[in-house]
Order: sequence, then structure tokens, then C-alpha cells
Amino acid sequence: MATSTPLPPPGATAPPGRRARRSTLLHRLDLRAAPYAFIAPFFVVFAAFSFYPLIYTCWISLHHVELSTLNLMEWVGFDNYTALWNDDRFWNALRNTFTIGVISTVPQLLMALGLAHLLNYRLRGSAFFRVAALTPYATSVGAAALVFTMLFERDFGMINWFLSLFGVDHIDWESNKWAAQSAISSIVIWRWTGYNALLYLAAMQAIPLERYEAAAIDGASRWQQFLKVTIPGIRSTIVFTIVLSTIGATQLFGEPLIFGQGPNGITGGADNQYQTLGLLLYEEGWKNYQMGRAATVAWAMFLLLILLFLVQRVLRRLLSRTS
Amino acid sequence: MTTDSLRARPGTRTRTPDRPAGRPRLLPRPRAGRQHHAGPVTYVLLALAALVSLFPLYWTMVAASSDNTRITQTPPPFLPGPHLLDNLGKAWQDAALGKAMANSLIVAGTIALSTVLFATLAGFAFAKLRFRGRNILLMLVIGTMLVPPQLGVVPLFMMMTQLGWSQQLPSVIFPTLVSAVGVFFMRQYLAEALPDELVEAGRVDGAHSLRIFWSIVLPVARPAMAVLFMITFVHAWNDFFWPYIALDMENPTVPVALTKLSEGYIRDDSLIMAGALLGTLPLLAMFLVFGRQIVGGIMQGAVKG
Repeated sequence: MATSTPLPPPGATAPPGRRARRSTLLHRLDLRAAPYAFIAPFFVVFAAFSFYPLIYTCWISLHHVELSTLNLMEWVGFDNYTALWNDDRFWNALRNTFTIGVISTVPQLLMALGLAHLLNYRLRGSAFFRVAALTPYATSVGAAALVFTMLFERDFGMINWFLSLFGVDHIDWESNKWAAQSAISSIVIWRWTGYNALLYLAAMQAIPLERYEAAAIDGASRWQQFLKVTIPGIRSTIVFTIVLSTIGATQLFGEPLIFGQGPNGITGGADNQYQTLGLLLYEEGWKNYQMGRAATVAWAMFLLLILLFLVQRVLRRLLSRTS
Repeated sequence: MTTDSLRARPGTRTRTPDRPAGRPRLLPRPRAGRQHHAGPVTYVLLALAALVSLFPLYWTMVAASSDNTRITQTPPPFLPGPHLLDNLGKAWQDAALGKAMANSLIVAGTIALSTVLFATLAGFAFAKLRFRGRNILLMLVIGTMLVPPQLGVVPLFMMMTQLGWSQQLPSVIFPTLVSAVGVFFMRQYLAEALPDELVEAGRVDGAHSLRIFWSIVLPVARPAMAVLFMITFVHAWNDFFWPYIALDMENPTVPVALTKLSEGYIRDDSLIMAGALLGTLPLLAMFLVFGRQIVGGIMQGAVKG
């Protein structure tokens, strides 16, 4: 709060003339400085706790640092990077992050699109459906992952029981690689589909009705209207959700950690079958006490994000050129 | 827009320009969105979606009210059992959930309050005050959304150790005192809801900026501030990665404490579910009461997002 009070009250004892001059001076100062004072808290917090750590991560990644002796930083150049490059666990974690990212993000956004389309009809009880769709979002990673771990339990879990009704044998969701990755993805999908659907719904409702009418006059079917009017109309929101869920996917941590229950969680299963980059970062730093290595993983994650954005930009360029 | 869009509207779509002049429209509404009536298939699909959304939470309650033998039977139980209070009490003690609840309340409450205050200040400045570099700085704020704070955990951890905050609540409070999303949300709201004339009138009366903020902006911003408070509270309450690293089991937040339940030597399933239920209950209560407002807030923040 202190930063947002640039103005002391004008001195009450000053003579009238000086006081007036002083107050116009203060007035001008106020007009100039107050905006900056108002936005300063955000930038201070961001600089101190996001930007500086990000840059410092790069510096630490060039050192050997142990968790128990954080003050002792020994310069090792790019050793951590070459070690990471030659580490199978890194490529494994990268692959897992990618596959889990794809199988959690793509169905999630497609289902959100469908759900938003349904919610966009004139409905009775639309408030209920909207709140219900958003309820998973109120459940913490911790609680959601615990519940889903139980639902995916091999011997008595609800999901295996349900599948057994259709003659499917019990699946060992934890130790089978693809089963584990699907189960983890389903937690992500469950938590975020409703949220994304509401974002799409808001954008759909802002599409002018005239566009639908024009399309209908041109003889477009409902499905064609959806493709030619709705999707282009909410394009910027779609891009926004793709960006957000991509970021979320690269950072995935809590779901696999809790899904593995304890020591198995940090390594992402006995064979690292669902270890993500976030888990690898944690394992290096807080299990193996190698903070330099952990910083290297973090920086690799950052580079990965930048790479993804570049790819996405190029793709968008190409797509807009072809259409 | 929130309450308007929640209410059913007259079927604008069927209305043609040459509609009979007998029933004049009272309120001209913006003609937007599709107005098809939902058919039975839509309702079935939506009910299915609601079922998938709500069932895991319902089942948490079923499992939390059963003992371990009941949970593991085939077919699984679908109705609540008699042990709810026992299990809740046990989870409360075993996972030190009392302390965790208090911590989460402090952490999420402080973060939500400060985010609302700082985001409203910054949102007001970006929406209504003129200053050099305003647009660039706003772009910068939006750009920061693309930098996940998790990437800085290593230095952040070292920083908190140096500050003497390791395993203390300030280490999870300070990094999230204000968010870019919050600033942007308040800017969007105030740009529309706060008339320029009101700010000008305040200036003419000789009020300084902080005074204008206090007596003119705050009353207008109040509904959006309430929504931002709730959304931020949900996020802060559920935040996991950094709290898991920064705090230990002696002094955890709720999501951190919950992991302890699953890491125990002997798995106690009903206890785990009771803990999950307890940890979610405060937010579920909030959703029950303010669900519509939260939905409206998320949708409102999204339109220009």
C-alpha cells in the first residue's frame, strides 16, 4: 500500500498563496506519478518473484550447487547441459510430457468446444449446467488426483469395475505406460474441460446473430454454420486456450506425483513411465539434491515453451496463408 | 452481461423485421449468440456432462463415509455409508488438516485480498489514467502471463532460504501477491463500467488520484472485485507445485497435506477420501453459494481475452 501514496497531504500551516501554488504543483505531480505508483506493485512482484528467478535459473544451471549447501556454487560451464543431453531420463521425461500433453489437451479442448456449443442453446436450468461444468475446477490437484487414483485402482476401482461389465479385463493403470498416461490425462481433462467450455461459451455469445442468419439464408446447415460462423467467431479464444493449456501441459507435476503415491510418484512410476519434466526437475533438486541440475531442467522447460510458441506461430502463418 | 445472459431471452431468431407491431420490445437487446431451443438430445448430453463433472465428488463422499472393506467390495458402493464423521475426524487429526486449513485460509485469503487491491489499482490506471508507455506496459503485463512462475522455483527456493522464510507461509504468499490475469481482468471491467466523466468530475472537484480511486473507482469496481476475489481464492487454495516445494508437512497448506495421506505406509482409503473431501469442502461451499457469480466472472474476463 505504501507505494500507492505518493502524496502527503498539503501542509495546513502554509500561507494561502504558497499553498495554492504548492497544491497545483502537487496536482501535476499526482497526474504524472500516480499511474506509475498504481501499476508498480504488479511489476515489483513480477520482477522479484518471476523475472529475476527465471534469469537466475540460467545462471544456476551453469553451476554445481547442492541443496544442503546453497551458498557454495561451483562453476561448471555447460556440464549440466551435456549431462542432461546424455541423460535418458530427460528424453524420456520430454517424451512423456509431450504425449501426456497431447492426450490431455486435444480431447479437453474438443470436448470443451462441444460442451460450449450445447450450453449455447436456449436452456432450462442453464445456470445449473454451467456451475456443474465448472465444479471440477474448484477441486484442487491434490484432492482430484487422490480421488482419481482411487477410481483407477486395479483391483476394486470403479473404472475397472465398469469396464468389466463390458468384458474388459482389469487394467493395471499404474504400471502400464499408456494406461498410466491416459489416467493422468483424464484428471487434467476432468478439471479443465468445463473451465475452457465457459471461455468458449462467452465468446460464442458475442458472435452477432446476423452472421448466422446470413449463413442460414445461404443455405448452410447447422453443422456448416458451426464450422463457418462459430469457429471463426471464437478463434482468438481458441488460440488463448491453446496457449494456456500448452503452458499447463509443459508444467504438469501434481497429477503424476500423486497418482504414483509417494516415492513412486517422484520418479513417475517404477520405470519412469509417466515421469514428466516437472517431476524430473523435482527429483533432481529435492531428491538428488542437485540444484544446478534442477535449474538446467527448468531452463530446458523454458526453451521448450519458446520452441512450442515459435512452432505454433509458424503453423498459424501457414494456415492463414493457405485459407 | 452476466445476469442477462443467464436469463432466457425471447426467441430473437424467429423474429423477422416484419413482425407485427402489436408487441413492442421493451428493452432492445444486443442480438448475439444462437437462440435455438435445446432439444432432448442436448439435455441428455448436458446431463451426462454434469454427471461426469459431479460424480467423482459424489463418490468421494461415498468413500469417505465407508470403511475400507466397503470401499473395496465389488460392485463398488454407490450410496453413502455410516462412517462419515468418524473418518472426517480421523483425517483431520492424521493429516494435521486443522493446521493446513488455517494455513490455506491465511494464504488464500491474503493473496486474494492483495490481488484484488493491487489489480484494481493497476486496472484503474491502465483503463482510465493517461501516462507515457501505457500501452507497452499493458502488453508487458499480458506477456508475463506466458511465463510460468514454476520455472523459477530453484532460485526462488534459494531466495526464501536466504530471507529466512523457508517452510514459512510468506514464502508462498509473496510470489503471488498480484497476478497479471487480475490486472487485466480489472482493466477490462473498469474500461467499460467506469464512465470517464465520473473521473473527470472528481478531478474538477480537486480530488487527487488516490482519493478518486477510493471514492469513485472502488464503488464501481466492487462487483468485479468480489468475483476476482473468489477466483483468486480458488487458485491460491489449489496451488500445488510451489507450496509443495516451499512448505513441509509440519506447516502445510491443504493440497500439500493431502499428499501425506496417500504416502502413508499403510494405505487407508477411506481416510484418504475423507481428507480429499475435507480439503475440497470450503471451495465447494463457495461454489454452492456464489457459483453463478464465479461462472459470470470467468465468462466476462474471457470475452476479450
